[in-house]
Amino acid sequence: MAENKGVIVFGETAGGKLAAITTELLGCGSKLAKELGQELSAVLVGSGVSDLAKEAIAFGADKVYVVDDAQLKDYQTDAYTSVMEKVIKQAMPQILLLGQTSIGRDLAPRLAFRLKTAASLGCLELAIDPSSKLLLQTKPVYGGNAQAVFTCETFPQIATVRVKTMEPLERDQSRKGEIITVDAALEPSAIKTKVLEKVAEKVEGVRLEDAEVVVSGGRGIGSEEGFTQLEELARMLKGAVGATRPPCDNGWVPAGAQIGLTGKIIAPDLYIAIALSGSSQHMSGCSGSKTIVAINKDPEANIFREARFGVVGDWKKALPALTEKLKELLAG
Amino acid sequence: MNMIVCIKQVIDPEAPPASFKIDSASNKVVPPQGVSPVIDPYAEYGVEAALKIKDALGGKITAISLGSNQLRDIVKKPLAMGADELVLLEDEAFDGGDSWSTAYALAMAIKKLGEYDIVFCGREASDWNAGQVGSGIAELLGLPSITLVKKIDVSDGKARVERVTDEGYEVIEVPLPVLITVSNEIGEPRYPTIKGIMAAKKKEPTIWKPADIGVEASQIGAAGSHTKLLKLFQPVREGKCEVIEGESPEEAAANLAQKLREAKIL
Repeated sequence: MAENKGVIVFGETAGGKLAAITTELLGCGSKLAKELGQELSAVLVGSGVSDLAKEAIAFGADKVYVVDDAQLKDYQTDAYTSVMEKVIKQAMPQILLLGQTSIGRDLAPRLAFRLKTAASLGCLELAIDPSSKLLLQTKPVYGGNAQAVFTCETFPQIATVRVKTMEPLERDQSRKGEIITVDAALEPSAIKTKVLEKVAEKVEGVRLEDAEVVVSGGRGIGSEEGFTQLEELARMLKGAVGATRPPCDNGWVPAGAQIGLTGKIIAPDLYIAIALSGSSQHMSGCSGSKTIVAINKDPEANIFREARFGVVGDWKKALPALTEKLKELLAG
Repeated sequence: MNMIVCIKQVIDPEAPPASFKIDSASNKVVPPQGVSPVIDPYAEYGVEAALKIKDALGGKITAISLGSNQLRDIVKKPLAMGADELVLLEDEAFDGGDSWSTAYALAMAIKKLGEYDIVFCGREASDWNAGQVGSGIAELLGLPSITLVKKIDVSDGKARVERVTDEGYEVIEVPLPVLITVSNEIGEPRYPTIKGIMAAKKKEPTIWKPADIGVEASQIGAAGSHTKLLKLFQPVREGKCEVIEGESPEEAAANLAQKLREAKIL
């Protein structure tokens, strides 16, 4: 155990670039590495990812392990677990960070069990314990009703981190680092699954995760038609529409609009919460928003404990008036 | 088709947030008064996924649950929904475990059951939201695993599944046996029928102790854990909401628009 050293980040790419979560992880990882007085590394796994190694260095990595192989084009549990096992055994880090993405949350636990260690998924905060030097892993539990701080005494300590909770470093192209190529050495017979098709959800306008303004509705909206009024405001503010779980379950909005512990995690500049009570489950998907504004007829609704501004009243009356007034103000 | 579903008894996650209390001395959640525990809702999606396959192809479904103080009326729900057998890993030694020790015990129980084509778990449980036991069982049993699944079709010894991704979904083909963790997009779990409830009442669960599945007390529960819970706490809400007044909701909303503009939020 004594020979484990350093922090390593599992990098993801998107559209030929480092994914935003990867730069966030490097930002967080560099702080942890500095505190430990150790190195920060990154791993890039995929097909045609070698060129991004320099990017990872510009965002803070001292070392980048690259596993570039045509067989790794799509994420597959078996293949990626086996490649990561190999990299981790070579790099021997104390800490491994991944994103809480559809890849990270699949890879982290499988890899943790393979390496006979443990992982914490969906962390909001990571810090080094001053006395034990172990990684303090803070994550929401009980559907966001509580938070827990975990440590793990087996190495590497593995954590996945929620998107948009960590700050990336400034990109610095003059940074120097070492690039290490690792051979995938995959046994095709060891890969039992086959990805037949990847389907991207069609999104009109701005993606929920990228939107600066999100207009979100709850059970109180009552119908698909009701949501068209939310869409109108969202369109005007160049934002996106979100929802709590009941509107998704009832088919008023697509399942992809769900925000919460079981849906998307977002952190827009402005979150306009309409006719939703603000359950812990839902809030853990949007509590990172800069400003929350609530419209609800129940003055006791939990959402008013989270919001900065609120209107107590029927949304059917308040929302059109809000939309109209904003239209007037923003035009003027 | 032989299917196994891992389930769990939990504090009702739909209980009002105000009833949620923590005993900070023991780092434990205090079960809310007068609110009955439930089967973990994510695990119920797993039961539903298995029942959909049983509807189409026939087969046998065995539910497994781990813990102590498992209330029979609660943990029998999968039987009432249409599952065939219930195995309870029931002993205080199983308590206080983390993902590692829980997956280990479940994997050993599944091994003892022997024949299976698909093992189902919820994508996570509503209490600790760990999201690891499914993948852990698969790794311990050497099975392929597919997580966050929303649709499953089985034919010719293979499963064709749809897995939810950040962008949409992907279609994956995998030979059986396989471990699948199920996401809520699979569809609402069915309600137990009266006939199902009557049948479940008569059915006695199989109880296994650690020795029955060949594990030592040191490998399971709190003793077998890799992680340590240092602290459990409720995040503090700021509660500094400025309620915008007005003669009517319309007027208040217009004032809100004004306020957002003045505060340069929009």
